[in-house]
Amino acid sequence: MSEAALATAPAEFAPWKDSQATPLIRFQNVTKRFGDFTAIDNLTIDIYEREFFALLGPSGCGKTTMMRMLGGFETQTEGTILIDGQDVGPIPPNKRAVNMMFQSYALFPHLSVAENIAFGLKRDKLPKDQIAARVDEMLNLVQLGKFANRKPHQISGGQRQRVALARSLAKAPKLLLLDEPLGALDKKLRQDTQFELMDIQEQTGTTFVIVTHDQEEAMTVASRIAVMDHGKIIQVDTPAKIYEEPGSVYVADFIGDVNLIEGSVTTSGDDHATISWAEGQQNLIGIAHDEIPAGTRATLAIRPEKVNIATERPAEMTNIIHGKVLDIAYLGNMSTYVIETPTGQHIKAQAANTRRIARRAITWDQDVWLSFTDTAGVVLTS
Amino acid sequence: MRRLSWFNTVSLTLGFAFLYIPMLILIVYSFNGGKLVTVWAGFSTKWYGELFRNEAFLDAAWVTLKVAVMSSSVATVLGTMAAYVMVRAGRFHGRTLFSGMIYAPLVMPEVITGLSLLLLFIAIGLDRGVLTIVLAHTTFSMCYVSVVVSSRLVTFDQSLEEAALDLGCTGFEAFRLVTLPIIAPAVISGWLLAFTLSLDDLVIASFTSGPSSTTLPIKIFSAVRLGVSPEINALSTIMITLVAVGVIGASLTSKRAIVKRAKDEQEAIQ
Repeated sequence: MSEAALATAPAEFAPWKDSQATPLIRFQNVTKRFGDFTAIDNLTIDIYEREFFALLGPSGCGKTTMMRMLGGFETQTEGTILIDGQDVGPIPPNKRAVNMMFQSYALFPHLSVAENIAFGLKRDKLPKDQIAARVDEMLNLVQLGKFANRKPHQISGGQRQRVALARSLAKAPKLLLLDEPLGALDKKLRQDTQFELMDIQEQTGTTFVIVTHDQEEAMTVASRIAVMDHGKIIQVDTPAKIYEEPGSVYVADFIGDVNLIEGSVTTSGDDHATISWAEGQQNLIGIAHDEIPAGTRATLAIRPEKVNIATERPAEMTNIIHGKVLDIAYLGNMSTYVIETPTGQHIKAQAANTRRIARRAITWDQDVWLSFTDTAGVVLTS
Repeated sequence: MRRLSWFNTVSLTLGFAFLYIPMLILIVYSFNGGKLVTVWAGFSTKWYGELFRNEAFLDAAWVTLKVAVMSSSVATVLGTMAAYVMVRAGRFHGRTLFSGMIYAPLVMPEVITGLSLLLLFIAIGLDRGVLTIVLAHTTFSMCYVSVVVSSRLVTFDQSLEEAALDLGCTGFEAFRLVTLPIIAPAVISGWLLAFTLSLDDLVIASFTSGPSSTTLPIKIFSAVRLGVSPEINALSTIMITLVAVGVIGASLTSKRAIVKRAKDEQEAIQ
């Protein structure tokens, strides 16, 4: 790295933008069928070294199949999978520089924590002292030094998760696969563990591919997320892009809470599109990078927290919707308001509760104005 | 403790009476001093002494033990392999037929199994002796082992094996280092079951044994036809004791393991 490069602030980690970077994993037109069922449908994707890549989707979308093909437990029906430039099709799981952390953890119940971690190292016929040193290193990494001699059933669920992680990292794989790694933990523990996972990924510099159906988890840990459905990747992007600028209604709806306002495009261009959506309501403007022909049916996707709610008509906002408060859900730190427009559509707005509940002005059946900026929502045609 | 109702007390008593009164009588009369089996003539252990001087019985016991150890060991290997394949092979054409064929000997009348084996041994010109009994016992006890082991394998988390492969094991290593140690209790109880079945089999052994290879059940059966001797009571008492010790020991060990495991898990949660 040159002096100049070092001098600048930490560079953004985005190898997928760099046309020179060679991907660690390449799926090339991969299809996997189980009998008549197509689990993976002509899928092509590149994943880069040091990425924390999340495969996100509902159950049955093919995300686990993709991971199992990387691990060597399934073979694709068509297409090629390359890891580090090598076609891994004919390579069995035990010959791949890939390790997997199983959803059930799959800890060997008859072996102690230390023996579990040493298991893979022993298969490599490493000298004894080297194995012991590596096991110690791994135990320290996951802070389980005290539990080295316990059996898996003698430790808690969170500790088991860490043993599974340590075992799969012990052989220093090029690629670590994590199948719903935090699925069995309760919510509080899951959040702490997410940060731990990110730290460990950074410390070891291993490429992580994680399978999850929990969008919050994917958003927290991943450098990029692939949203999958029916064996296809719908969108691959950074968590922020996926959330702020979903490419399709499916992605917008799958990630987080969203208002989907259907209408037809009136004008488009200059990265924006306008839709007319209901009689008596003002047209709405949102982001649209591609030009959309006028008259096309389109959906404006707008997140509730980007919608302002006020009791008086705001002066200079681009997008304004008039309606009546139908419902208020008080969530403690914020409230969600469901507004019914005169034409009967429901739109959600979220506001942080910065004042005590008794002082707030908005109540049921009140006339309110919703407003948002022209970059808050996106206009989607698919 | 909760008191049982009169109905439960009666059914419990009747049940145990039916199960254990015959054995109890046998045990009591093995300590009879007289020659007549049905007339009590004072306590004595002399028939136990007689028994250990009876060469024919000792020979038969030795043959039985050899046959039981060999046949149950072979049956355990074959039965475990069969169970593994049936549980792991997934769905293939004729799977139901195959698994049905493995379990069919469970319900096959022993006389027919014995007769067909006898015909086979004659056809291939194999002289009847210890070897033929071992083969015959392996044949019928293998399916029992297979039933016991496959019921354990069905609940076995397959990702454990995948984890072993993932960490660098070959398929056989994964079986030897991970699967086998975990299913070992089922394999051992399969072995014990096969061992007991072989110990007490009379029908199949009488079809497949030769003149020099009489097993204990055959010996007892033919001796009883000439009249029940107190020696046989003594021998039976020894067998009951052995079986009881084995069964109680096995259940105590497994119970202790369960209790310990529950305690460990409790501690882990805290």
